[in-house]
Amino acid sequence: MTELLPFLKELISTSGLSGYESPVRDLIEAAWRPLADEVSTSRMGSLHALKVGRGAEPRPSLMLAAHMDAIGLIVTGVVGEFLRVTEIGGLDPRVLPGQVVTIHGRENLPGVIVQPPAHLLPPDNRSGPATLQNLLVDTGLSAGETKRLVRVGDLISFAQPPVEMAGELLAGHSLDNRASVAAITHCLEELKNRPILWDVWATATTQEEETFAGAYTSAFQLRPTLAIAIDVTFGSSPGTPSHESFALGSGPTLALGPNMHPGLHKAFVALADRLEIPYSVDILPRHSGTDAYALQVVAEGIPTMVVSIPLRYMHTAVEMVAMKDITRAGRLLAEFAASLDEKFMEKLSWDD
Amino acid sequence: MSSQTSPQEKQAPRVGAAQLKLLERLTNACAVSGDEGEVRQIVLDEIRPHVDEVKVDHLGNVLASKAGSTQDRLRVMLAAHMDEIGFMLTQNEDKEGGIFRFGVVGGVSPSHLAGQPVLIGKGHVPGVIGAKPVHLTTNDELRTPLSVDSLRIDVGPGNSSKVKVGDRATFATRFSRTGASLRAKALDDRLGVATLIELVKNAPANIDLLAAFTVQEEVGLRGAKVAAYALEPDVAIALDSTPANDLPTWDGSENTRYNTRLGEGPAIYVADAATLSDPRLIRFLVETALAAGISYQIRQPGGGGTDAGAMHKQRAGIPTVSISVPGRYLHTPLSITRLSDWKNTVALVYTALSQLTSDLFKVDR
Amino acid sequence: MKSLIQKFVETPGPSGYESIIRQVIRAEVEPLADQVTVDALGNLIVRKGTPSSNGMKIMLAAHMDEIGLIATHIDENGFVRFTTIGGVRAYNCPGGRVRFLNGTRGVIGIENLEGQSSPPLIDQMFIDVGAGARKDCSVRVGDVAVFERPYLDLGKRLVAKSMDDRIGVAVLIETLRQIDNSPHEIYFVFSVQEEVGVRGATTAAYGIDPQLGLAVDVTGTGDTPKGIKMEVGLGKGPAIKVRDAGMLADPRVVDWMVRTAEASKIPYQMEILERGGTDARAIQLTRLGVPAGCLSIPCRYVHSPSEMVDFDDVENAVRLLVGLLSQPVDLK
Repeated sequence: MTELLPFLKELISTSGLSGYESPVRDLIEAAWRPLADEVSTSRMGSLHALKVGRGAEPRPSLMLAAHMDAIGLIVTGVVGEFLRVTEIGGLDPRVLPGQVVTIHGRENLPGVIVQPPAHLLPPDNRSGPATLQNLLVDTGLSAGETKRLVRVGDLISFAQPPVEMAGELLAGHSLDNRASVAAITHCLEELKNRPILWDVWATATTQEEETFAGAYTSAFQLRPTLAIAIDVTFGSSPGTPSHESFALGSGPTLALGPNMHPGLHKAFVALADRLEIPYSVDILPRHSGTDAYALQVVAEGIPTMVVSIPLRYMHTAVEMVAMKDITRAGRLLAEFAASLDEKFMEKLSWDD
Repeated sequence: MSSQTSPQEKQAPRVGAAQLKLLERLTNACAVSGDEGEVRQIVLDEIRPHVDEVKVDHLGNVLASKAGSTQDRLRVMLAAHMDEIGFMLTQNEDKEGGIFRFGVVGGVSPSHLAGQPVLIGKGHVPGVIGAKPVHLTTNDELRTPLSVDSLRIDVGPGNSSKVKVGDRATFATRFSRTGASLRAKALDDRLGVATLIELVKNAPANIDLLAAFTVQEEVGLRGAKVAAYALEPDVAIALDSTPANDLPTWDGSENTRYNTRLGEGPAIYVADAATLSDPRLIRFLVETALAAGISYQIRQPGGGGTDAGAMHKQRAGIPTVSISVPGRYLHTPLSITRLSDWKNTVALVYTALSQLTSDLFKVDR
Repeated sequence: MKSLIQKFVETPGPSGYESIIRQVIRAEVEPLADQVTVDALGNLIVRKGTPSSNGMKIMLAAHMDEIGLIATHIDENGFVRFTTIGGVRAYNCPGGRVRFLNGTRGVIGIENLEGQSSPPLIDQMFIDVGAGARKDCSVRVGDVAVFERPYLDLGKRLVAKSMDDRIGVAVLIETLRQIDNSPHEIYFVFSVQEEVGVRGATTAAYGIDPQLGLAVDVTGTGDTPKGIKMEVGLGKGPAIKVRDAGMLADPRVVDWMVRTAEASKIPYQMEILERGGTDARAIQLTRLGVPAGCLSIPCRYVHSPSEMVDFDDVENAVRLLVGLLSQPVDLK
């Protein structure tokens, strides 16, 4: 039985930057292996875990996709004992100064992101926030040791340890999107001894934060009948607009918009109502900014849906989630998977 | 009536009263990207009796085929997008007052929102996008553009229950004619949809016509991508509309950036931001127009995009070109086009399709 | 090899209109190839080798197209207004000389900008082909042009327009010439329309369905006065791309390239490019996914009419590429 909180803490403490997901993939594989019939890795490094359904062949399949990659930094230059960096994924440079990091050089080294004093910055960046180009990472080592141990192209991940907060809340970096990986894990736990008719592919995709490479290529390989992206969405916090953010602890969100199949949205709403799982509807007039953006338009097109977990302070080192929302999302996914039968696709019409 | 009609006896499609009525129904229908059902139903009803096969795919595209009857036929995909730009209700801010926040879907021009009536949901419930009275507005405010975030859709006090969060909305403009012009919302791309319906009804015998009435063009050419992947055509043509910015300049100098001009015929694309048209197809269209005496113009290169942007990159590549009817004020509540340009577009596309053979692609691009 | 480079950089081939440069390249590669095809978008695809038990199907890509200009309007006095094809920089234009594919030559002029503090815009420029009126102008809306500047050999350094990516084309052809007894089935793809969004590589990669992909393209350098902060410099060896704005190179491919360079004692540099992308991005996302990377030729003044490369870097790039392809690939 995967204890979800310790598992999630371990997930976010394991490195897995976009393009370099193998450490966290190994961890997820170890957790999913006992919960699936087959586990494999795609050419792009995504993890695919199959639960074989009991229905007659040819069996339709459901793909659950949670991206396992996290944002971070990469070394662009070594200047004495300091490192120049650029981003992997989208970062707000204003939340970086003072952040503790791990430099994955020839060995793992502790570092800190620093902002040089204004007079050492170029004239056009002396007032206002320092750009990422002008921030440095201080290794604390000598220039010689730095040169020996670190080089251009080395990765840097956030090192802030997870913070357990009262009320079953967890704060830390990379909860985008390890929280969803935990949700899928919980879903697999719930499905362990449940009979399902469809095949279910639990996938931990790569590079969502950069090119959606994992989502595009895994969906092309697996050609699922339906695809659901599980990601995080904006949790209500100071400064977030009320129509675009959702309270922690209010349950997962179910997205509606052109990136989602309206029939799937309806099915999830009906299911959540029936199970009395609290949820919110997340209106996305354009695209979802999740793996669903890629999944929907692979090959001949796939009906997609997005289930999200509210998360405060996205893309900082103190992202915050409610464990309850993760387990609710996992349970909802499990019930949805278990409910799929031979008639589901007929019911998935475009217009009523 | 005999079904053994030789290619020469086949009627070319025409743009007459029936076609105008169809365009009216199409432009008055509300079909925002992701919610194209109302137009999809009209399309299905119109084309079903005329095609060999039709289906609706996982994104809502209508894919239909009509086989030709000659030897060595090309499979030609024609794409016209069913979706229009519009809005989506995001929050019921004031339940008693009937006030809703909304988001935009596609490239809506923000300067054309305040003071416009809208239609919401399948029931076409009327609403308005209001604006603060000018009497209460400061000079500074007058100089500041109105952001979408500051605007609201108002269905009137007590009417909140008639619509719901998630409903789509469009401008409320109704189709009309004036002189040589047609006025409507969503001429982009109901003109293309109406054109394609006519071509399906009068498909030339020398090609296999693969009609794709696509979805979600306005939010990233998404329907056309999967449609082209599924259909695997030899050639693809996007039928769209394109801006005519042929207005006077502020100082009377020559307008050098008009994109296209009304009255000068269908616009053939050489290059937009999403596609460099296949030069073989460009040459073929121009030569066809000249030989048949159909007026045409070359759309000014640069900017914009059509379904061609998605289609030409599918699988191992598809030779592609776009042809558009010029229209003023696309992506605003009311667009204007010339009936003659639409007629000439239909004529050019039909004539070109009837003469299209695989010889065109014997030369490398 | 230098004369080959000169021939390529002086041949026109703007994105979407690559047939002339393709012919020139085809003449060079046809005698060396097992199979030559041209696909629907105009990519030139050369196959060398057949599948073997310890080999892979490998796709190499160097793009044939260069940035250029396209006529948007001929005004009443015969001046040609234009827009860009690919990333042409406005500040490289005024005074530049251009040649349209129909042979017409011209110079880029600019409106009077007195009092304007912001940089000049393409909309404020025009091409003067020496016509006095619209009816005398031999250019029409839609005609395409490239910059015109002769090749310059400074000894160790070479300068020309369209080094991006004719230098990559030259590297591929030289590699094709030298490769002997490779265990791999190699597709040398001279791609189209890279400069407008890696469109040719997208379709070529789908058609080939490779197991591994490598683009050969130029990258920037940080070694000019008050230049961008970038470690790559001319003369320090070909660059092994770790990331650019378009993609993260597959770490297994990066490792393979580094190990091979070190084992063969070929100088190399690690590259991170903060702006720009290559065909590798398109190859990586093909079908089930393709482990992809990029071998970069460091280049100063990219997208100007005078791009500069170091000839030793070019020769070392060939050595490295030949070395990579001559052995079975070990992607651990």
